[in-house]
Amino acid sequence: MSFEPEIVAFLCNWCAYAGADMAGTSRLKYPANVVPIKVMCSGRVDPEFILEAFERGADGVFIGGCHPGDCHYVNGNIRTRRRVEMLKKLLEQMGINPRRLRLEWVSATEGAKFARVMKEFVEEIRQLGPSPLRRK
Amino acid sequence: MARRIGVFVCHCGVNIAGVVDVEKVAEELRKYPGVAFATTYQYMCSDPGQNLIRQKIEEENLDAVVIAACSPSMHEETFRNVCKDYFNPQRCEMANIREQCSWVHEKEEATEKAIKIVKATVEKLKGNEDLTPIYVPVEKKCLVIGGGIAGIQAALDIADAGYEVILVEKEPSIGGRMAQLSETFPTLDCSQCILTPKMVAVSRHPKIKLMAYSEVIDISGYVGNFDVKILKKPRYVDEDACTVCGDCEKVCPVIVPNEFDMEKKPRKAIFIPFPQAVPSTYTIDREACLGLAPLTCAECREACEANAINYDMQPKIVEEKVGAIIVATGYDLYDKSNLVEYGYGEDDDIITSLEFERMLSASGPTGGNIIKPSTGETPKKVVFVQCAGSRDKQHMPYCSSICCMYTAKHALLYKHHVPDGEAYVFYIDIRATGKDYEEFINNVMEEERINYIRGKVAKIFREGDKIVVWGVDTLTGKKVEIKADLVVLAMAIVGRKETKEIAQLLKVATGVGGFLKESHPKLKPVEALSRGIYFAGCAQAPKDIPATVAQASAAASKVLALFAKDKLEKDPMVAVVDEEHCSGCGVCISVCPYGAMQRQPNGKAKCIEALCEGCGTCAAACPSNNIEMRNYRDEQIEKMIEVII
Repeated sequence: MSFEPEIVAFLCNWCAYAGADMAGTSRLKYPANVVPIKVMCSGRVDPEFILEAFERGADGVFIGGCHPGDCHYVNGNIRTRRRVEMLKKLLEQMGINPRRLRLEWVSATEGAKFARVMKEFVEEIRQLGPSPLRRK
Repeated sequence: MARRIGVFVCHCGVNIAGVVDVEKVAEELRKYPGVAFATTYQYMCSDPGQNLIRQKIEEENLDAVVIAACSPSMHEETFRNVCKDYFNPQRCEMANIREQCSWVHEKEEATEKAIKIVKATVEKLKGNEDLTPIYVPVEKKCLVIGGGIAGIQAALDIADAGYEVILVEKEPSIGGRMAQLSETFPTLDCSQCILTPKMVAVSRHPKIKLMAYSEVIDISGYVGNFDVKILKKPRYVDEDACTVCGDCEKVCPVIVPNEFDMEKKPRKAIFIPFPQAVPSTYTIDREACLGLAPLTCAECREACEANAINYDMQPKIVEEKVGAIIVATGYDLYDKSNLVEYGYGEDDDIITSLEFERMLSASGPTGGNIIKPSTGETPKKVVFVQCAGSRDKQHMPYCSSICCMYTAKHALLYKHHVPDGEAYVFYIDIRATGKDYEEFINNVMEEERINYIRGKVAKIFREGDKIVVWGVDTLTGKKVEIKADLVVLAMAIVGRKETKEIAQLLKVATGVGGFLKESHPKLKPVEALSRGIYFAGCAQAPKDIPATVAQASAAASKVLALFAKDKLEKDPMVAVVDEEHCSGCGVCISVCPYGAMQRQPNGKAKCIEALCEGCGTCAAACPSNNIEMRNYRDEQIEKMIEVII
């Protein structure tokens, strides 16, 4: 059986989640490997959540936030960007390819971007293969 | 905590059921821990669908529900309203299996994903607490910052409704940019004639406290409860005693340029910026006055029969409590010294649009005569350059919105003053979207015989007594050279530097050009992201007078809606600090964009619920994991991850 990546996506309520809704409204298909969790702000995404997801065997973690300057909560997304940069370094040391963690800015109007990024990310994870922490 | 959860899976006609096997979803969920009941229905949001939920809550003794249907942005409110007759609305959650599932995926994979989404939602719901809205009291008084037409209109609207307004203006008089204009497009009303009655109405209104020559220096608090500090700068003239006789001005020996006339007309150190100024009083410019340095000069005080002059007047800080704030701080012109290609605008005969406005004004530097500033002669050839600094990636990328219209007005007024003169207008596009605007521009182009050249000016430089303008006519593809007597630059409009300062006090963002960032570009154009703060006029974006007045009234109506309530309801999904374990490191205080996290006397952090907007940045940043977001707790999110992976 071919490898089906399991990916969790943290989407901020105001931009990325609305962008994902927009992809739906526009009927833009993308792989179903990504399951969303809505958070109020990408700044809510505690590094612990990301590590927890990887620890449970997630093949990829996606975070979607508002474009810089557009954050509904002023600058939560900028803080997320810093955290993600730090986490990528940490993941590398833990033997997890940092490409398995992806942060993207998706506005409420960018349904097409959301669908494209989902396709790209699932494809990238597919190429990287299962996470070394996958429980099988 | 919910023990008997009901799951209602919506078919949404074929929107969901055409892709997702809804029966299988219900069947899977029936087996899931905590779920007491699961069913499907064609349209959950319809009346029969809502009744089905009511009926099952009663029959099955449910204490919480998950509606697996469309996006919560569509119907969360609908379903929470259904549930509130039975239990706390927080016991109702929606699982989005349409926008983020059936509409974007194929059959089998969609069903699998839908099951995960619903199970994850059930897990979140299990962790939800019952919450009641947070209520905060409202101080029914509004602060309006900026006394231009936007601030004036907003202040009058709110005061007319019976609420108190404090109108703060940093200049000696209210009136703002509109007071500087000569005539206004497209009807050519005299700007001051239509503005001054409103200025006088402000000064006479019993509900408006006018604080001109004052600046807001500190703002704290939150919607309904802002604490504001206003610095009242000393005028050295008693506003109430001054009779505006002008005797002081006659004897004052110091001459400096008048800012109101874009520094093109002299004034004395004791001055009134323009005759119709409100409040109607003289002001001493402390930078220029010799009398404030003791024993040097006291000419004005000796001349003043009303004894209104007091050199010992001190700055005063006034503290006020207000429930709402309107920011109407207006605009500035982009600094022409940035325009390298236009000779930095340094030449006397290259002037800005506002300088030309003052020139056109009967009370302006030239008494309403159009002159070539270097010689004082009547200019026979004038070039108007639109988009000077606008729509230009080197400068400001946006359209300044009003320049097409006022340039047409400028060209028209020039032709009325100098009928045998030639006027040229360089434009990129003509944007005349307001009511009667297109007609106005067409009239200017056709009836007034003004030469409109489609193209951007590449270079402006002096050659002898002429100003040479190089451009390209993009309609003919030919290079154009005009030797002009006067060049008027329609400068880009930018937010004032004071807007940025106020924005920082208010923790409101500014964007490109220094304009205030509204909550939603379409649906919340006058609201700031933080509640209780509203915008009006060019501080938000470049706009003309009708749009400014409309926005000011819109902001006022938002304030009135706020003041219509005695208590404000606020979303209860806020941060909670575990005080017992808080180490007092202060990270949450530094990351909170709203100042909601505050240090208590015991050193520990506390969330001011009325200020908290629930973003959760503090919860993610807390190094000891002692902050939880109500109903978005770490444990809930971790359970959701567990279901998904």
